[in-house]
Amino acid sequence: MSRHIDNFKQSYLWYAFKRDKVAIASMIVLCILVFTAVFAPLIATYNPYDPINTDVMNSEIPPLWMEGGDSAFLMGTDAQGRDLFSTMVYGMRISLLIGVGAVVLQSVIGITIGLISGYFGGKLDSFFMRMADVQLSFSYLMVAIFFTAILQAAVGVGRFGEIAIPFLILVIGFSQWPQYARTVRASVLAEKKKEYVEAARVTGFGAGRIMWGHIFPNTLSPILVLSTIQVANAVMSEAALSFLGLGMPISRPSLGSLINSGFEYIFSGAWWITIFPGVLLVVLILSINLLGDFLRDVLNPKLYKG
Amino acid sequence: MFAFIIRRFIQAALVIVIISIIAFAIKQNVGDPVRAITGISVSAAEREAMRDQLGLNDPVFIQYLRFSKDALHGDFGNSFFYKKPAVDVILSKAPATIELVFVTSLIVIGLSIPLGVYSAIYPKNLFSRFLMGASIVGVSIPVFLIAIMMIYLFSIKLGWLPSFGRGELVSIGGWDTGMLTLDGWLHLIMPSVALSSIMLPLFIRLIRSEMMEILESEYVKFAWAKGLTKHRVWFVHAFKNTLLTVITVGGVQLGITIAFTILTETVFQWQGLGFLFMEAVERADASLLVAYLMFVGIVMVGVNTIVDIIYGMVNPTVRITGVK
Repeated sequence: MSRHIDNFKQSYLWYAFKRDKVAIASMIVLCILVFTAVFAPLIATYNPYDPINTDVMNSEIPPLWMEGGDSAFLMGTDAQGRDLFSTMVYGMRISLLIGVGAVVLQSVIGITIGLISGYFGGKLDSFFMRMADVQLSFSYLMVAIFFTAILQAAVGVGRFGEIAIPFLILVIGFSQWPQYARTVRASVLAEKKKEYVEAARVTGFGAGRIMWGHIFPNTLSPILVLSTIQVANAVMSEAALSFLGLGMPISRPSLGSLINSGFEYIFSGAWWITIFPGVLLVVLILSINLLGDFLRDVLNPKLYKG
Repeated sequence: MFAFIIRRFIQAALVIVIISIIAFAIKQNVGDPVRAITGISVSAAEREAMRDQLGLNDPVFIQYLRFSKDALHGDFGNSFFYKKPAVDVILSKAPATIELVFVTSLIVIGLSIPLGVYSAIYPKNLFSRFLMGASIVGVSIPVFLIAIMMIYLFSIKLGWLPSFGRGELVSIGGWDTGMLTLDGWLHLIMPSVALSSIMLPLFIRLIRSEMMEILESEYVKFAWAKGLTKHRVWFVHAFKNTLLTVITVGGVQLGITIAFTILTETVFQWQGLGFLFMEAVERADASLLVAYLMFVGIVMVGVNTIVDIIYGMVNPTVRITGVK
């Protein structure tokens, strides 16, 4: 393990990271946010899922520093009388969980298809790539909106709320695999021609072992860059779906559903229910995107454009 | 070239068939047509007779054939909420979305080309670096959040712009346009700016990176060596090839724009297709959902096919190998 750390310390990646103030800052912000999300029960002052902490009499209390603020609620309360800060912390936890889950799923699908497509080529390859083309032309968000909308119409809003988390992971994961498949396929095509693959084949290794054991490790840097950007995309998609009322229910809100619920109250002056979760969402996505940009500049992989 | 176009058309037709299968599946699973017709106070036997009469007990494949035959005639059934054929509802709402997308594309094209080209020519310039920073912030702000913040600022705080609806409309031969009245334009400002906020950064970055790559290429170096003026090299030699990529990616982006119209229209209650779609979801209006899916599907497949063919015309390598 310590050998790996030493290796990393001598790498160009670490060298570039230490000199990039923006990357360091966004890394720190991201670490704080992830830490907050993981340890949400310890950090949040209330448990927003516990009905004991929900009192309609407390609804729409402005933040502490404004007139009418309550010292019990740092950032005020939402329309249901929940402490906004705690609800946001829990909401970010859900947003991140869905974002990361969806990326894990899409990377597994995308990498497998990309490896198979690139390594075997032929009919299988053109079939998968046509499928990717078609799906990309519809845009992942459109596909995700459509499938969640249909499922919600089919099972009803109440039951949908119970299965929302796994379903959102599935839909966002399945709607974004083409980016991975294309990127991995492009790297496989480049790697396949190299001598080490030839050597492995001559040694008599099977296709599976060559694909996963030999080629796959050499496609990791584009995958790393893509994954970073895709987490931001997945969090954004989840927020968009929840904002449309197709994602997390308001009883277990993600950041998107909080923004949606606050939007109804913005005309009556309760701006904080929308703006605070909104700012948190933007900071989260921006820090991931800035890191992704940094990785792309440093590792400079060939990514699929568009 | 001819073979290439034929191949593209076959592919487009295949995709539309797949979309129609999905649409058919939706129609089969969302809502019950017998219930919609009869209401609750009808006995089970009568229901069964009705199912037979409507052909709902036929094999699925035959039902699909019937569905696609109707669909080819533009018949997706009646929207149960509007009590009108779903296609008519879609067509009456389409102008709103088309106007929104049209104004948005004008903004995006009008701003992204000069800004992208400028930041590619002077990448180290302070303004270019500001532009790159601003564009990554722009990419990171969800479109609905920009829309909400604009409403809060310009409608609630300042009271300058209307926050919802399309305003005063003028009907020209069934096309309700808001582009002929001042009120209509005032209503159009915020939705189109919000919608372009997501496309603009993407296009600026795309044009910049593409243009920078081309400025490094051999033929541009050759153009410099010939002693051409810098404007000729930039705008005639380099920019022309940049546009090629922009056209292809632009076609793909149309799909994303349509997805984002759903978000924008929801925030501004813009009476277009996206708003209609969300209403149909809430009401489980199956015919309308199916009609929307087919409409959007055909538009996207059509645009992509046209873009591919144009791209094939200007770039021979595409049509010869058939792979991008």
